[in-house]
Parts: sequence; C-alpha cells; structure tokens
Amino acid sequence: MRHNKAMDFGTGLFVLLGILAIFFLVTQTTGMRTLGTEDSFEVSARFDDIGGLRVRAPVTMAGVRLGRVSDIRFDDDRLDAVVTLRISARHDNLPADSIASIRTSGLLGEQFVALDPGGDPDALTEGDQIIHTQSAIVLERIIGQFLTMQGD
Amino acid sequence: MTRPAGQEPHIELEGLRFQRDGRPIFEDVSLSIPRGKVTAIMGPSGTGKTTLLRLVTGQLLPERGSIRVDGQEVTGIGREALYRLRKRIGFLFQHGALLTDLDVYENVAFPLREHTQLPDCLIHHLVMTKLQSVGLRGAARLMPSQLSGGMARRVGLARAVVMDPELVLYDEPFAGLDPISMGVIVRLIREINEALGLTSVIVSHDIEEVSQVADWAWIIADGRIIAGGTPEELRGEESPWVRQFMHRLSDGPVPFHFPARDYPEDLREVPR
Amino acid sequence: MRAMFRDLGEALREFVETLGAMTRFLGRLLWETPAALMRFGLVWYQLHRIGAHSLLIIGISAVFVGMVLALQGYHILNQFGATESLGVMVAMTLVRELGPVLTAVLFAGRAGTSLASEIGLMRATDQLSGMEMMAVDPVKRVIMPRFLAGVIAVPLLAAIFSALGIFGGYVVGVGLLGVDAGPFWSQMNAAVDVRTDVMSGVWKSIAFGITASLVAVYEGYNAPPTAEGVSRATTRAIVITAVAVLAINLLITAIIVGEG
Repeated sequence: MRHNKAMDFGTGLFVLLGILAIFFLVTQTTGMRTLGTEDSFEVSARFDDIGGLRVRAPVTMAGVRLGRVSDIRFDDDRLDAVVTLRISARHDNLPADSIASIRTSGLLGEQFVALDPGGDPDALTEGDQIIHTQSAIVLERIIGQFLTMQGD
Repeated sequence: MTRPAGQEPHIELEGLRFQRDGRPIFEDVSLSIPRGKVTAIMGPSGTGKTTLLRLVTGQLLPERGSIRVDGQEVTGIGREALYRLRKRIGFLFQHGALLTDLDVYENVAFPLREHTQLPDCLIHHLVMTKLQSVGLRGAARLMPSQLSGGMARRVGLARAVVMDPELVLYDEPFAGLDPISMGVIVRLIREINEALGLTSVIVSHDIEEVSQVADWAWIIADGRIIAGGTPEELRGEESPWVRQFMHRLSDGPVPFHFPARDYPEDLREVPR
Repeated sequence: MRAMFRDLGEALREFVETLGAMTRFLGRLLWETPAALMRFGLVWYQLHRIGAHSLLIIGISAVFVGMVLALQGYHILNQFGATESLGVMVAMTLVRELGPVLTAVLFAGRAGTSLASEIGLMRATDQLSGMEMMAVDPVKRVIMPRFLAGVIAVPLLAAIFSALGIFGGYVVGVGLLGVDAGPFWSQMNAAVDVRTDVMSGVWKSIAFGITASLVAVYEGYNAPPTAEGVSRATTRAIVITAVAVLAINLLITAIIVGEG
C-alpha cells in the first residue's frame, strides 16, 4: 500500500467536510439553545393539572423563550405535579413571585410554561419554588363546565 | 508400490480418505514426498490433485488418515499452528492469485510486510532479488491486470519463495501457458529447487514438462495412487492405465465416451 | 397451496439463517476491531476508496433532495400561511429521516456493491485463499479495513447530505420562492433540538453505516466463487441493505418518538 499525497489530501478533505457538516448541523440548525447546561438555573413549580405538557417544552416570558421544562414528576403525598424549569442564567432578575401558567400555543398547539412577572424585588434563583401557578386549561373541562351552566 | 528410495520424506500421507458432497475423492491414499527433490503428482483432471495440495496445507480436513509435513501432523491442529506451518510453505496458485489492488512489487513484498518488521531497504533488496530471479525486475511497478498469464505466474513464484520456504507447492503451474512461458516456468522450478535446496511438489497433467523437471512422479486415478516412479520408469510401465495416461491414448481404461445408454436407441427417440 | 406454504417456510428459514450468520460475522468483526484500528493506514486507504469517492453522488443527490423538499413544502405550508416554517420542515426532514436513510441507500449503491463484488472476485480468483496460504487472515487484512471505513464514512456522509440538503432547500425557498431568510433560520433554530433531532440522526447514520458495511462485506465474503455468484452477491448487497435500513429506521424512529 503506497500512500500518495493526493490520496491523503482527498481523504482528509472528506473527513474534514464530514466533521464540518456535523458542526454545521449542531450549531446552525439548532441555535445551540439547548446545548450548554452550565449557565442556567432550575426552579420548580407545582400544578394541579399539567395537561399535555412534555419535557423540553419551552418556558417563556412575554412570549420570549427563556428556558425549557427539564423534568416532570408526580408528588405521591400532595397528589400534584412538580415541574422543573431550567432557565438561562442570563435572566437572573425574574421576580420571585412570578406566576407560572401552562398555556397552549394556538388552539390545539403544543403546551408550554409562560411566566408572568410579579412585583417582588427579590429574584428567582437556583432551587426556588414558584408559588403562584395556574394549571393547564383543558378544553374538554371548559366545554363540560359550559354545558353544566347551560343546564342550570 | 515403490517408494522413492533412500530419501528422508518431507511430506507423508497415510491411509488418506476424503469425500466431497458425498462423492469420494480419495479412497485410501498413501504416499511420501522426498526432501530436497522435485516430486510431481499427476493424473487426469478431476482426480483431486489440487484437493491433495489443499489437504497438505490444512485448507481441507480429511475424513480419515494422517498427513505429516516435516514430521508434524497437519490434521486437526489449531489455526495458530497451521499459520506457523504455512509461513514455511510457498504456494503457487494456478493463475498466480496476485492481489489485484497491489502492484507487482507490493505483491512480492506482501508476505514480508505482513509477517516481518524488516526495514524498507531490506524489503526492497529481497523483493528485487526475487524479481530478478524470475526475470521481472523491470515489471516491478506494473499492476497484475497488465501482466500476461505467464508473467503473473512468475510473479506468483517470486512471492511464493520470498519468505525462503522449505517447501514449495505448485498447483498446475503449466496449465494454459504458451510453449515459451512453459519453458520459462520449467526452468524456474528447477533453478529455484536447486538454488534454495527446497522440496518442490508439482501438481500437473502436463507429462512433457513434468518429465523435464521432476525427479519422481506419483499418478493418481480413481481416488488411489496407481503408480509411482521416475518419469522414465513410468513411461515403460505396462499397466494399461498408466500407458493410456503417459502415452496420451484417447481410449482405454478411461473411456472416450461418457457413460450413456444405447446409441441407436438414443438416436431414435426425439426429446419433446 | 401446500407448495406455497413450503416455499414461504423455506424463505423464512433462509432469512433467519442469514440473519444468524450475519450476526455471528458482525461479532467476529467487532472482536477484530481494536487490532484493525492499529493498522489505520489500511482503513485510511479504504476510506479514500469508499468514502471520498461517494462524496460526489451524495452531495449532488442532497442538493436535489433539499430543493424538492423546499418546493413541495412551500406549497403545503402556503395553504396555512406558514411559509416561514419552511426552514424547520426542510431541516427536520433531512436531519431526522432523509439524510441518514438516503445516504445509507446511496452508499449501498455506490460503495456497497463495489465492496461486495470486489471481495467476491477476490474469492473467485483465489486471492483470499492465497492470503490464507501466506498465513494472512483475509478477515483481518481484507474485510476489516473495508468494514471500518464504511462504518466511519456513512455518518460523515449523512451529515454532509443533511447540510447540503438544507443548503439546497435554502436556495429554492429563499432564493427562488421568496421566503424571508430571517424566519427560515430562526424558526429552524427554535425548533430543531440537538439531542432529539441532530443526535438521533447521527445515531441512525451510525447504525446504518454498520448495517450497509456489514451486508456488503458479508455478501462478498460468502459469495460463491463464480461469475453468477458474484453478481448475485452484488445485487443482494444493495437490496438487503435498502430493506434492512428502512426497517431499522422504523425501529429507531419508533423508539425515539416513543421516548420523546
């Protein structure tokens, strides 16, 4: 097997292109928003009903994405859902009494967690719990309530 | 059966039985091959001459019997031991079996590169001397596809002896060659045998060439050894079978006709 | 009727047998992998032959596929007034599905067939037995470098396919159909996730690379040493790879979607 420079160059170019392509896909198509976990903090919030919320759903304030849902689990004692929100560390002055609510993008779209700012001068930090929450609005339940009201 | 007299055997087969797809190839073959000589194994096509070489090198396993090379039993030894044995055996395939993606030089260098850590200058020296001895030093940078059949076989020969083996096996070295190339191969087999003092085994059905080069010949037919001797002795042999083979008679114990039913009957009946 | 069931049973038995034999062969190849990586020169040479030489066909196909995706996607999205999602659609389709799958199938056509026929011909011309006789294991010397080069090449080719496909989609969507470049990228950035989307594509292409390379070298190595045997092995290499890749793709997608 004699190696020549042209062959080495061609193969090297191929490998390089492949690595560049992976790099392109990771950085350019995704915006890297979900990559680093180092500069972010986690807060939790309790909901009576999370509807169809899934892990990795967006967490927004004023419609701008600040982070995502990193964990959802069920509390066996209090019988409600504990949702963990991972928020980018850049947003370190969100008021501690902000309200978390589960909303739906569009009428039938995906569900996400929206934060509405409160007035507390203290900011949310790692490990805090959001007290005021508003559960998911479940379409069937609203229709059900509407029908019962009609019946009265 | 006479044995080649007064010679220490390099290869010994005893009571060898082998069958393929239920068809027996060898019933009971015993023979010995003397060290340092050129021995031919002859017989018509399809008698398993090549199979015999594959048995000797452990590529096939016999059903019964023993095969000893250099006193070492070949049947049933592990892959490692087999590979150690094969490093001391050169093998020339019928068509050379050169590696098509390597040029002539690299083909000859192949066993050295795989089995030794020799520096490039030493490999170069070895390859060039072997190529010189088969007269193809000038073709070192040609690819196998650019070689004629005879040249490919000469390269194969250079490759077979590059590791300085004690034993070289030739599988049909004369088949399909023009007279000049045949003459060249005959000369090379003789020269290599004498120069390197090794044992050569030639499997062939070319009586003329074998007579020129072999010290001893065995004739195989119907799964047995039917004769053995020097080429001159075999020529004088009176058994009808050996006569037919040695004198190229078209009919004899090996019939001209493939077994068939009655001829007039076959002509009358038109297949629908 | 009975004959049909017998044929079916026979085909099934043969399928299971081939699957078993291939798995055993894969086990052997994986066992040999560390030693084969030590002789990286041989792998590098094969990477040149089967990887770099597949680059052109992969690149051209990718741009065309990206362009078609953009054209079709634009007309569907236009009905919902959502043409700015074109970038998401093109990127998601390529990264998650078409990139790995089409790359594997094209690779089987370009490199898999040539591997199978090359190895089959080496068997038919006694080159493999020749190596055996020189005490060189053909699996180590011939099969391993080709297998590993295929396993390395396919993920790289798949990434190149996806990237060039997105480029093709961009050219048609933004350049030709007038979709705004801003949302094309920003919506893509917002929707495509590194772990679930890009990495799932990478995992898929690794699985497909192993599949395509394994099938090609297996079929070549086990081809009957005749002209017909080699040509059948070549055909089988691409047919089996295509079916296997599509089936494995379904399996992996089901697992990923099921988890997400």
